[in-house]
Amino acid sequence: MVLGIEDPGVWLAYLLSIAGAALCVGYGIVNWNKGEEPVQKEDVDWAKEEKTEVEDAV
Amino acid sequence: MDLISIILVIFYLMLTGYLGYLGYQRTKTAADYLVAGRSANPIVMALSYGATFISTSAIVGFGGAAASLGMGVLWLTVLNIFVGIFIAFTFLGNPTRRMGHHLDAHTFPELVAKRYDSRALQVLCALIIFCFMPLYAMAVMVGGAEFMAPIFRISYDAALYIFAVIVAAYVIAGGLKGVMLTDAMQGGIMLVGMAILLVATYGLLGGVTEAHSALGAMKDQVPGFLKAIGHQGWTAMPTFGFAEPGLAPPGGVAYHMWWILISTIVMGVGIGVLAQPQLIVRFMTVKSKQSLNRAAAAGGIFILFMTGVAFTVGALSNVYFSQKEQIACRIVDDAALLDPGPDGKGKLAQLPANASDEVKARAKRFVTYRLPGASDEAPLNYALWTDKTEIVRGEGDADDVLKPHLIAVLRSVGPGTTMQGNTDTLIPAYVRSAMPHWFGVVFMLTLLSAAMSTMSSQFHTMGTALGRDVFEQFARHEHGSKSIHVTRFAIVVGIVVALVMGKYVRGNVIALATAIFFGLCASSFLPLFVLGLFWKRMNKAAALTSLLVGFLTSALWLLFVNGKTAGGIGLCQAWFGKPNLVPATWSLTWTVVDPIVVALPLSFLAAVVVALATRPMDPAYVDYVYGGPKPKA
Repeated sequence: MVLGIEDPGVWLAYLLSIAGAALCVGYGIVNWNKGEEPVQKEDVDWAKEEKTEVEDAV
Repeated sequence: MDLISIILVIFYLMLTGYLGYLGYQRTKTAADYLVAGRSANPIVMALSYGATFISTSAIVGFGGAAASLGMGVLWLTVLNIFVGIFIAFTFLGNPTRRMGHHLDAHTFPELVAKRYDSRALQVLCALIIFCFMPLYAMAVMVGGAEFMAPIFRISYDAALYIFAVIVAAYVIAGGLKGVMLTDAMQGGIMLVGMAILLVATYGLLGGVTEAHSALGAMKDQVPGFLKAIGHQGWTAMPTFGFAEPGLAPPGGVAYHMWWILISTIVMGVGIGVLAQPQLIVRFMTVKSKQSLNRAAAAGGIFILFMTGVAFTVGALSNVYFSQKEQIACRIVDDAALLDPGPDGKGKLAQLPANASDEVKARAKRFVTYRLPGASDEAPLNYALWTDKTEIVRGEGDADDVLKPHLIAVLRSVGPGTTMQGNTDTLIPAYVRSAMPHWFGVVFMLTLLSAAMSTMSSQFHTMGTALGRDVFEQFARHEHGSKSIHVTRFAIVVGIVVALVMGKYVRGNVIALATAIFFGLCASSFLPLFVLGLFWKRMNKAAALTSLLVGFLTSALWLLFVNGKTAGGIGLCQAWFGKPNLVPATWSLTWTVVDPIVVALPLSFLAAVVVALATRPMDPAYVDYVYGGPKPKA
């Protein structure tokens, strides 16, 4: 019995949900300063086109 | 509505309007940040992504499903977090962003078209999105209307129309632009609303362990129709197995619930999220891998508080309804009769004045009541009568007190539902009954936020699918005013179709419609999307085959094999004179196996086999797709 739940199939899901969120937090913190990339011309061109041709179309 | 509620609603509308105004002034969409070479605050980005991901469908529809199926639905939360956030953000997000920017793709069908150099793929993907996304939009709209109706004491139809008008106003006011601050505010409201709901529910039921134990102790109250399909209590997984071929009910249906829970709800939605076009496009608006890393942290917490809370509270509502619910009201009739039809399985209807003795004998007894302050013309509320029902009559002008002592599903039984109830109404009913009225209004704003942020992205995706991905391809039209008209027309069609479907297919539809759309997207798009990101050998023929195999297998399965959808759509009955085509010698369990179980593996297999059996794409083009220079025509 874990947290008042008898069936391991259910308490495991309850705990894994919390563990999953903790994993995301841990991953985010460990990699907080990793993966920074300089913005390239194609990124900016993409964003400009997104603004003029997609966002303005709606 | 009381004063506090009015103040809350006005404050919310003013805040939305103000942030929308700021959005217009400074136009802070995700693309603006990128143009400026900056990234949005990771919490803002995660809230914005989460608000798009989670809608009234998840909270009202799947929360209601948890009230019926129990806490096993939490496996969907596990997948929502591990797959929908962790895998999506850490593995798929950055390659999608890089490929999208490099190929200058702005919609999911366009990304596919440019990856495989195929206009046909773009049109096919867009048509699937345009034709089937209204199903998901309908689920979101129904979720909002089911909640709004009891809170404001208006009819379901009126709530649906009001909801559609609010959505249309939001769209006209520029809500589709995806102003990050508005999305993030909506995400923030959702977080606060769900956190209060969780704490208040555990508080009401005496604590975490106590609440779960009380729910576990109710397993002997599982109604017969759920027990028959394998329900073993709300804190236990359903019975697992696969019925023997040819075995008729009851043995033939003994494992139905496990397959509905795991294959449709958990897998269909949990995996399907990876292939949601409106979420895939979100990755392209991110500045760098670093932004995704940071957003993953907030995203995991956000999803836990959305679906985790909705499913837990949904299941625990059984304890509240069964043991704690006390309704101060005016009892109108403690022996009102509703007729479930000759076989007892029809929709409950009022008895005609000249009802025969036979009809009266099969009719079900209900208590009808009105809440304090409701006029004599207000619609009646219904509670099924059982031998546990308690009524304490008030002296003089004092209110009567009704204690229905019903489990959640039976609490939702009333006129227009079958004796199996309508789980879509359970979360609204729980919040209205168990929480103070001001929280009902806060929660409505939570749901409104959840619906707005999701629907704006749905209509954006539907609009661009028809305008940019279909019309511009056929018309060979440069992006321009005609295409904008088609996009806007598509959005209006999407809203109207969702509204009409919501009006006519009410009752236990939210989770089903969402699962169908997510499953269809997964089977059709996931292999060509994921393999396209990582496998250079994947080519146009393989992508087309995979798309067609996944889509057709899903569609045929839904139309002719799955008992619920084939029976509901009725095409199989009309063509073949029977509700589904599963042969009598086969296991009845096949009728509840979700299409994703068959269609997704087939779609992946088709992609791999055809890719290996056909010629690879032009190496220069493949090089371009994965970051190289654009080949000369």
